[in-house]
Amino acid sequence: MDARPVIELQGLEVRFGPRTILKDLQGSFSGRAIGLLGPNGAGKSTLINTLLGFYEPWRGTARVLGHDIRTGIRAVRRLIGYMPENESFIAGMSAVEFVRFMAELAGLPPEAALERAHEALFYVGLGEARYRKLEEYSLGMKQLVKLAQAIAHGPKLLFLDEPTNGLDPPARQRMIRLIGDVRERGNLHLILCSHLLRDVEECCEEVLILKEGRIVQYSNLEEERRSNRRFLEMELEGESGLFAEALRELGCECALTGRRLKAVLAEGVEVRDLYRAAAERGVRIRRLSHKRDSLEDIFLKAMGNGNGSL
Amino acid sequence: MAVYKRTYQPYSGTLTPAWSRFLIIARQAHRRVFDSRFLTFFFVVCFVCPAVGAVFVYLRHNAGAIALLKIDVARMFPIDGRFFFRFMGWQGSLAFLLTAFVGPGLISTDLRNNALPLYFCRPFSRAEYVLGKMSVLAILQSLITWVPGLLLFAFHAYLEGGAWLRENLFIASGLFLGSWIWIVTLCLLALALSAWVKWKVLAGALLFGVFFVAAGFGQAANAVMHSRSGNLINLGELIRTVWAGLFRVDADTGVSPGAAWMVLIGVCALCLYLLDRKVRAYEVVRS
Repeated sequence: MDARPVIELQGLEVRFGPRTILKDLQGSFSGRAIGLLGPNGAGKSTLINTLLGFYEPWRGTARVLGHDIRTGIRAVRRLIGYMPENESFIAGMSAVEFVRFMAELAGLPPEAALERAHEALFYVGLGEARYRKLEEYSLGMKQLVKLAQAIAHGPKLLFLDEPTNGLDPPARQRMIRLIGDVRERGNLHLILCSHLLRDVEECCEEVLILKEGRIVQYSNLEEERRSNRRFLEMELEGESGLFAEALRELGCECALTGRRLKAVLAEGVEVRDLYRAAAERGVRIRRLSHKRDSLEDIFLKAMGNGNGSL
Repeated sequence: MAVYKRTYQPYSGTLTPAWSRFLIIARQAHRRVFDSRFLTFFFVVCFVCPAVGAVFVYLRHNAGAIALLKIDVARMFPIDGRFFFRFMGWQGSLAFLLTAFVGPGLISTDLRNNALPLYFCRPFSRAEYVLGKMSVLAILQSLITWVPGLLLFAFHAYLEGGAWLRENLFIASGLFLGSWIWIVTLCLLALALSAWVKWKVLAGALLFGVFFVAAGFGQAANAVMHSRSGNLINLGELIRTVWAGLFRVDADTGVSPGAAWMVLIGVCALCLYLLDRKVRAYEVVRS
């Protein structure tokens, strides 16, 4: 896996006429799967399109896998695959012709492009339908063929713009599973832009939240999940103070409010150790729950914050 | 990797040279052009005139055939600049028709199906895209204009001898240059209309309109103003003026070669501007 940051934003600002869409974006992001979240109009698609070189930055710049988008957009495009949000295809082609054509435009020789097109279509589950015209495809199949064209040339970074748009639940599950599989097997980075929190939560390790053209939150979901697993809330019966003291002796951080105890488990301390300590001190744990700071909580917090700072 | 394994692997093989990738568009488009029986038939018809020209050149140099067919050589066309000027006029008209049949769908279908982001997210620039689309038409047009023209010229020069070739080299350059001016003008016009009018049929109709309606207006202006300046908006007359200069014949269009060149260059520049505005991954609404 490439050690360079995937995306570096250096004061990136994008304007359309008098409207500023992206405002002074700063940051360096290195995750393998980064989710791009935000309400409609937050600038998610504009950010992706700017990173792809479709829009010219008004001020500042960005680097994608070490290549500046102002001076090295061709080098950037050599490394990426892109699955657009809208229905995009070339009329009159079968799926295999389409994916082959796209792979050839990315630089693959004709024979390799054809082979990769067949592979990619089998991989996304369109193997049996690969000779059908794209116009005859359902919306779900068109989404899959868009994914196939994005991965056929073997990119290092995959941009997925609303990949589950318009899919029914089984098709969505399948798409999510495929994205996860590409991420695991492909030795590539992935940037997923979506307004669906579940999609991001299921596919991404990091999340970048945009609001009104600014980055309002960048969270490592894996770390959040890990730290959440160490954070416990308990409701006690008996000598709560004694139990809190026992936990401190085990190296845990505690905060006791009446019968409610919040604790962060120390390394090596497991939940069963808590039950043992409670039994030794005649304390009963009536309720124990892990903190569940979901992506929804992170998102809502970010939307409430909205001061434009990272 | 066999397809049945159905897994994803990164690609690590060789890549094609970047400069040659625009031709992928032409290859793909030509396959579809020749899927149409009508276009295939029309393309074959485009070679009738060069074939007749070749027979004519052959007859002129074959005393046996002339005697057999009882042809009066004095009444035959001379093979000179005017002969090739007429050849260009006929083949140029066919090139226009071919452009009108093939050109309007080249960009409009991509725009209608949001295909442009798929091209431009690859190491493939807007200029290469336009060049690729132009090459679809330019290759076909070349095959019916300067390629048969130069073959005919070479055939005649072979039969006539070195002295004729030296004296008439300007015809060869006229065939090549004159064809390319026409090809570039037609390609840019067809692509610009295709980019601005998403409906293929309407784009085709507009291409005819640019030629015939403008020619009609030009004639009307000539009649009203009792001059020939209306020909300045008649693309057919303009290209005839340019060709006449190249083949050293008098076309009697009433337009100076300099003015004709300027207008054609202006038309091409306008088309490039229109293409630059429209051929983008996404349109930006700036208000």
